[in-house]
Amino acid sequence: MAGYAHPEVLVDTAWVADHLHDPKVRLVESNEDILLYDQGHIPGAVKIDWVADLNDPVVRDYLDRARFEQLMIARGISNDTTVVFYGDKHNWWATYALWVFKLFGHADARIMNGGRAKWIAEGRQLTREVPTYSPGVYHAPERDDTTIRAFRDQVLVHIRQPGTALVDVRSPQEYSGERTHMPEYPQEGTLRGGHIPTAVSIPWASAVHDDSTFKSADELRALYAGKNVTPDKDVISYCRIGERSSHTWFVLSYLLGYPKVRNYDGSWTEWGNGVGLPIEK
Amino acid sequence: MSEIPASLPPRLHAIVAEFQAANRSEKLELLLEYADRLPPLPDWLRDNRADMEQVHECMTPVRAAAEVHGGRMVFHIDVAEESPTVRGYAALLREGLDGATPEAVLAIPGDFFYAMGLQQVLSPQRLNGISYLLAYLKRLATRALAHRGA
Repeated sequence: MAGYAHPEVLVDTAWVADHLHDPKVRLVESNEDILLYDQGHIPGAVKIDWVADLNDPVVRDYLDRARFEQLMIARGISNDTTVVFYGDKHNWWATYALWVFKLFGHADARIMNGGRAKWIAEGRQLTREVPTYSPGVYHAPERDDTTIRAFRDQVLVHIRQPGTALVDVRSPQEYSGERTHMPEYPQEGTLRGGHIPTAVSIPWASAVHDDSTFKSADELRALYAGKNVTPDKDVISYCRIGERSSHTWFVLSYLLGYPKVRNYDGSWTEWGNGVGLPIEK
Repeated sequence: MSEIPASLPPRLHAIVAEFQAANRSEKLELLLEYADRLPPLPDWLRDNRADMEQVHECMTPVRAAAEVHGGRMVFHIDVAEESPTVRGYAALLREGLDGATPEAVLAIPGDFFYAMGLQQVLSPQRLNGISYLLAYLKRLATRALAHRGA
């Protein structure tokens, strides 16, 4: 993990195995498949589901301060807990959950490098036993939507300003407008295909190896700088609903140390349906 | 909650009713129980996965095949271990349609699953898999009918 700007945000599977009973550490599994945790998880891990736990049940938005505090208390997480996220699909939902935790300023949030796939590939133990923890003590600030989150109108201004970069992390087929969802996924009701003008295409999973661990700092720097996404710029990433782009947000912010990176969670399902918004193919 | 369509084969009807009666967390537990008991492919298919129909629209690799014995259908469905939700859909469709005639399979309304109330616990993306899977099983039923006619 040498060379990363903030290497402390990554832990490896061996570190997790050594901290399974550490009361200051809470393991959190976040997956695309809502039943995967229930089918088997790392002993002691709790489940946080992006739909059931992190999204508002009615409005398209994230949970508010009060619900975030309730969630932390229920999962036995306190303000000073080290939260280690891991999950399926190269940790894609794990980085999404970490991003939501950062909206509420949770101090010590990390990712288990390689995620669920690496833990299993190494033959490490899984369990179906759901742990119970005594309630956490948690006081969260109001959600900060200004620092790491971008909204549609801000993106509209962003693409007309110098010194900015916009990263489309979806598949090449979605970027070109041929599809509105990744290959193999159901095509959803986005009315227009294509990408936001000025966006460069750097698919999110280019940042990881086949074993789901992150590429080296040098490889990552070359990947993003090669498309003019450099640390001097004000950077916004987007995908379809903000999940894959939180993975890229994590890489740019923590592994490469870019100072200003925001995730546009409205992403293509908002932009591709917005009346009058400019699109390129 | 939507009503259970009367045209469902009896076993599928019973499964839908079982889900309908379950509360939020019980629905997920039930789905996991189904996922757990999706049987492995029979030997003759395990070595011939390429011959099976691939459900392209599904977000996980899913393959399906059908056998017809005395005019009644038996489905075989292969879903990755790491996709328990889709395995659950596959198992409940497989059990619910076991021994149904091709006509009965084709008569299942494409939105039958709303009566199960899964939309209370699964996002629309997660719910999509079940309709795609049913559409592929119907394609296999159509093929069985054509085969019978030929």
